[in-house]
Amino acid sequence: MTRIDAKFAALNAEGRKAFVAYVMAGDPDYATSLEIIKGLPGAGVDIIELGQPFTDPMADGPTIQLAGQRALAGGQTLKKTLAMARAFREEDDTTPIVLMGYYNPIYNHGVDRFLKDARAAGIDGLIVVDLPPEEDSELCIPAQAAGLNFIRLATPTTDEKRLPKVLTNTSGFVYYVSITGITGAAAAEAADVGPEVARIKAQTDLPVIVGFGIRTPERSEVIARVADGAVVGSAIVGEIAAGRSPAEVLDFVRGLAEGAHRA
Amino acid sequence: MADDLVNSYRTGPDEQGRFGIFGGRFVSETLMPLILELEEQYERAKTDDSFWAEMNFLWKHYVGRPSPLYFAERLTDRLGGAKVYMKRDELNHTGAHKINNVLGQIILARRMGKSRIIAETGAGQHGVATATVCAKFGLKCVVYMGAHDVERQKPNVFRMRLLGAEVIPVTSGRGTLKDAMNDALRDWVTNVRDTFYCIGTVAGPHPYPAMVRDFQAIIGKEAKEQMLEAEGRLPDTIIAAIGGGSNAMGLFYPFLDDKDVNIIGVEAGGKGVNAKMEHCASLTGGRPGVLHGNRTYLLQDDDGQILEGYSISAGLDYPGIGPEHSWLHEIGRAKYVSITDKEALAAFTLSCETEGIIPALEPCHALAHVAKIAPDLPADHIICMNMCGRGDKDIFTVARALGFEMGEGD
Repeated sequence: MTRIDAKFAALNAEGRKAFVAYVMAGDPDYATSLEIIKGLPGAGVDIIELGQPFTDPMADGPTIQLAGQRALAGGQTLKKTLAMARAFREEDDTTPIVLMGYYNPIYNHGVDRFLKDARAAGIDGLIVVDLPPEEDSELCIPAQAAGLNFIRLATPTTDEKRLPKVLTNTSGFVYYVSITGITGAAAAEAADVGPEVARIKAQTDLPVIVGFGIRTPERSEVIARVADGAVVGSAIVGEIAAGRSPAEVLDFVRGLAEGAHRA
Repeated sequence: MADDLVNSYRTGPDEQGRFGIFGGRFVSETLMPLILELEEQYERAKTDDSFWAEMNFLWKHYVGRPSPLYFAERLTDRLGGAKVYMKRDELNHTGAHKINNVLGQIILARRMGKSRIIAETGAGQHGVATATVCAKFGLKCVVYMGAHDVERQKPNVFRMRLLGAEVIPVTSGRGTLKDAMNDALRDWVTNVRDTFYCIGTVAGPHPYPAMVRDFQAIIGKEAKEQMLEAEGRLPDTIIAAIGGGSNAMGLFYPFLDDKDVNIIGVEAGGKGVNAKMEHCASLTGGRPGVLHGNRTYLLQDDDGQILEGYSISAGLDYPGIGPEHSWLHEIGRAKYVSITDKEALAAFTLSCETEGIIPALEPCHALAHVAKIAPDLPADHIICMNMCGRGDKDIFTVARALGFEMGEGD
């Protein structure tokens, strides 16, 4: 059982929805970023998605791309992202951390070495945007063998025929991308998301978390109500980009988390 | 038959879209169903005579194929060694080989019922070709072009706009060709239902590398027939320039199993293949990684972050290379070398002076390598290089490099 599985079991027992927050590791700099990450559980975040910057984030919108550029300009690397997770773990041994990013930095690090380092750093799961089920032998299967969850994205284009394939080697939870588009784009309507979540849940026992386009506590609540939880990324990253202090960013996150928890 | 296949270099990619370890389908889930549909539709079209009948008709009457195979006599005399032929793909409609592939993809898009075409472009040649064929068929066309390239390739930007395309200057990342490709992929993820992504080179997720190669293979197929007609035998060496590698793959592919034919790909050496990465030589100066849907050789730093390449030629300015080239490099079937900006410029002048052909800067790299090796080869050694584009678009860049005042336009 990973920390992710334990977290969902606990949330389930309390009858609560999950609030998942995404931040880019190293944005705007290592120290500030670490301070924000350490404050996330206290702001009501159930699961942390820690973004690993990449020069070519082809599934992300400008907000996340610019965050990645700021982090890289500040000298962030995959090794530093793992160090950040390790530093977080010294104070928090229960909040799950999902490393989210693109395959090349991991491939470049060496898959086996990366899995060993990620485990040691206290990472619980991986979301690697450019590894569809067709490339499962690359990282997904080795990651599961190493005891890490491999969380897959399902999208509106994932039709009935394809869904079983997407769910097959998925663990931890399913991340439903509620729109066809990039991060930070317009939000989907809860009325459209509900049936999609139900469609996925009919084929898996895993929790289904919905993301893309959620920017306010109200949206967070509405979306969490029709799923097992909500993810917010670009809106939080936008606050960091606007130069808000860690305390202000965490206040903003608290509002979003309360929204999801009201659901 | 089985033995032939084992000994063939022309059986790739495999079912996973791989050439050895290279290639694959490294894309987000949103795009996966589209790529699978494209593969299915392409497989169907490939064996459909009516598809090829339409291609052949338009290649002949719209593009102007076959392009000539031309014996460059004065150039040969000047170099004083091997006999040099040029495959004249710069004479195609729109001035480069790019249209060979665009025509194929757009006919396919029409069969798939797609009404909106998107493309990325570096030098602008692929963008112009895409805008051209879209205008011909009355399709909406959106071209993503790095803001820096928009500046240095103004004539092509104007051409695309004249042809009715919307040109979007890309400022994300560093505003270069790779960023244009990122933005085109973002557009595709957003507009999945009606949009067809027309990729301009033999890179990207499967089936693009194979599909683009198959459409460009007309170059090598013609060259082979024309060479047999002209010389009664195959060339000893074939040479082409490589950015992503589509004109090279098109020339090479029909010759891969002709084991006596030397195959040489020429990458852009920029200011020299050095630690400062002032070049675009992915094979000579990079290592395997994953970008834009495929595993291939990439220019990258120690952390796996992608580096910007540099070349005087906007068409070669890409930090990756088609996966089939990576494979041919690893198994040693083709040899890859690099040519610097300076050498390419010298070849530009050489072609103008000896043959009255103003070449694009991209094939100047191939020609520069010809100029390097031809003098030491015997007179009965036949070289065929791909003159894959004409130089109209580059005159401002070349003028500046040669210190000639042009005033307007750059």
